[in-house]
Amino acid sequence: MNKIWLVTQREYLTRVLNKTFLLTTLLTPLGIVLFMAVVVLIMGTGSDKTKTISVYDPTNILQGELNTSRKNLAFKFSNAPLEAQLAEYRGQKIAGVIELPPLPDSLASKYSYKYHSDDPLAMDESFGIESAISKKLRNYKLKKLNIDESSLKNLDTEINAIPVNVVEDKKMTSITTVVSSILGGIVGYTMFFIILFYGMQVMRSVMEEKINRIVEVLISSVKPFELMMGKVIGVGLVGLTQIGIWLVLMPVIFFIGTALFNIDPNAMGPINTGDIPVEDLAMTSQDKIAQVFAEIKSMNWWKILPLTLFYFLAGYFAYSALFAAIGSAVGEDINEANSLTMPVMMPLMLSIYIGISAVSAPDSSLAVWSSMIPLLSSIVMPVRLPFDPPWWQIAVSVVSLVLFTVFLVWLAARIYRVGILMYGKKASFKELSKWLFYKG
Amino acid sequence: MNNNVLSLRNVVKAYADQIAVNNVSFDVRSGSIFGLLGPNGAGKTSLIRIITTITGADSGEVTINGQPLNHLHPNEIGYMPEERGLYKKMKVGEQLIYLARLKGLSGKDAKRKLVYWLEKFDILSWWDKKIGDLSKGMGQKIQFIATIVHDPTLIILDEPFSGLDPINSNLIKDEIYQLKQKGTSILFSTHRMEQVEEICEDIVLINKGRIILYGNVKEIREQFKENKFNLHYHGSMPSGKYPEGFDILETSNDGFTFKTGAGTSANDMLRFIMDQGVSVLQFNEVLPSLNEIFIKQVSLSNE
Repeated sequence: MNKIWLVTQREYLTRVLNKTFLLTTLLTPLGIVLFMAVVVLIMGTGSDKTKTISVYDPTNILQGELNTSRKNLAFKFSNAPLEAQLAEYRGQKIAGVIELPPLPDSLASKYSYKYHSDDPLAMDESFGIESAISKKLRNYKLKKLNIDESSLKNLDTEINAIPVNVVEDKKMTSITTVVSSILGGIVGYTMFFIILFYGMQVMRSVMEEKINRIVEVLISSVKPFELMMGKVIGVGLVGLTQIGIWLVLMPVIFFIGTALFNIDPNAMGPINTGDIPVEDLAMTSQDKIAQVFAEIKSMNWWKILPLTLFYFLAGYFAYSALFAAIGSAVGEDINEANSLTMPVMMPLMLSIYIGISAVSAPDSSLAVWSSMIPLLSSIVMPVRLPFDPPWWQIAVSVVSLVLFTVFLVWLAARIYRVGILMYGKKASFKELSKWLFYKG
Repeated sequence: MNNNVLSLRNVVKAYADQIAVNNVSFDVRSGSIFGLLGPNGAGKTSLIRIITTITGADSGEVTINGQPLNHLHPNEIGYMPEERGLYKKMKVGEQLIYLARLKGLSGKDAKRKLVYWLEKFDILSWWDKKIGDLSKGMGQKIQFIATIVHDPTLIILDEPFSGLDPINSNLIKDEIYQLKQKGTSILFSTHRMEQVEEICEDIVLINKGRIILYGNVKEIREQFKENKFNLHYHGSMPSGKYPEGFDILETSNDGFTFKTGAGTSANDMLRFIMDQGVSVLQFNEVLPSLNEIFIKQVSLSNE
């Protein structure tokens, strides 16, 4: 036991005290924020040159007004004959001429405009112009049909579902599913990446000791099982440390990010508000935020948090033990490692896909069954937890995962103890299965 | 009181496709330097891994100081494998403390002892250097210190001099002698016979997992002597003829090597030479070198 602790300590300290750990821990969230900011910037910038486009509208369909959200487009209405305007284009004063033919009839459902230019419009530019014209035509038609805007609006009805519980202790509000989905999704993805990332670290650490041959000295002092477990625990603690630091850093970075890019957090509400009047919008979004918080508060955190931690630990132990076994079996050839990691990656990948589908259908039989099958359950069950699955499913899932993890660790240890001393033998699954039956 | 630090009785270890150790028994006396010899693939490493508890024997018994091998024994053994390695990115001091603590020393004791040894080898200034920045020879010194820092009662060295320059070889050799003086037993595995002859008191020679020779180095050489003698004289032999019953193996201007035959003794030859009127300068028995015995015995057992 004491020796496991010594190995754990070394694995932990050499990693945490390493400059790269500090850098990646600090820079990863910063990098994500920067990346997102860059994406926002890229999305925000179109062509930087302003295009002036002349609009020839003899029948006055647009009534002298054309508004697009594209900042680089400027429109100039002119009643000069088309030929004169085209001459202006040839003189390179304008980027092109929009010609609006008369409407075939006042309720035409199809309409085409002409764009005179040798440089076609960019896709988003033409979309912008199309939707602006379409909006104008709509108003034009409304007027023709003698319908006013407000009575038209009364035709639309906003529908909300009010869930009514039959069993009393299951409190549900309209927003439960949304919050649970988001929560489940975040937890699932995070677990996937952490298990993958730190499992790989365990594998690399095993390979390092095997390649530089210190492993024989080590196992003349500690049992291979102790060495493997010390490694798995040590690297796992590094992972928990990193997550802890990120949890602390997240609000700080969020604050820095908003300050740096001058984003008003209050403005980060729903996008695409469409035509909903401002007062209405303010009401709903504030309401909804309050509801989200109430929802988050009302969740059974005493159940979710410890269970999520349990699934993380069990999943991490099972996968990283397998990664350790693989690391012990391969030599210096990283390609060999890749082919051996594939079968381990498979349940991991599978579970994240099932996890994603479980977010939208947490009670589907696929989600229910895979949340009770070990290896898959370590990611699928945490995704389902916010949806409050029945206790018996959780119990089956926990027991089967514990038993299977113990079995996997035992299995991995048997491969590991042979693998670390095996050089020059090509590791295949046939070979590995033989190692299982080697005597001590 | 049993004064064997290590005893093996009928130890057998088989792998899937071969028997690596086949019914091996021998004793290592406390405070002796013992040679475990054999060609490559003879089963030396398998034996060592059994003794160091890295693997278990299929059958047979291994005792250390009279006690059957148990989980506490690794702390009494210092093992330096043939293929050496240390953490390249770890500092010398940290690394040595870690290895010493794995052998059961407290952090404080480990540091105190390590400072002593590094000072003794005049390399205390390396404490904060990374192994990756040191030369191979330097790394070997560090590895040797890691092997002996916890004052083991039994030190197992697998080819300890391979890759060492003569200066470092001598340094390690001196240390081995000093450790022996202090009562430490040393099991020394090699296929370099001249080193064995120089250092070891007892040897066991194994080939294909079996013992083919076991005993005291002097006795073994005595046992395999071929009644070969070497004689040097001053003057010239008048006749140039040698007496009957001797096998003359080699001649030179001032001497010759011969083998006694049935019913003849070395004294007969001496008497004959003295009667020839030359003065004898040197006369000695030629004992076979361990190397010759090794090659002969291994090829015999391979037949």
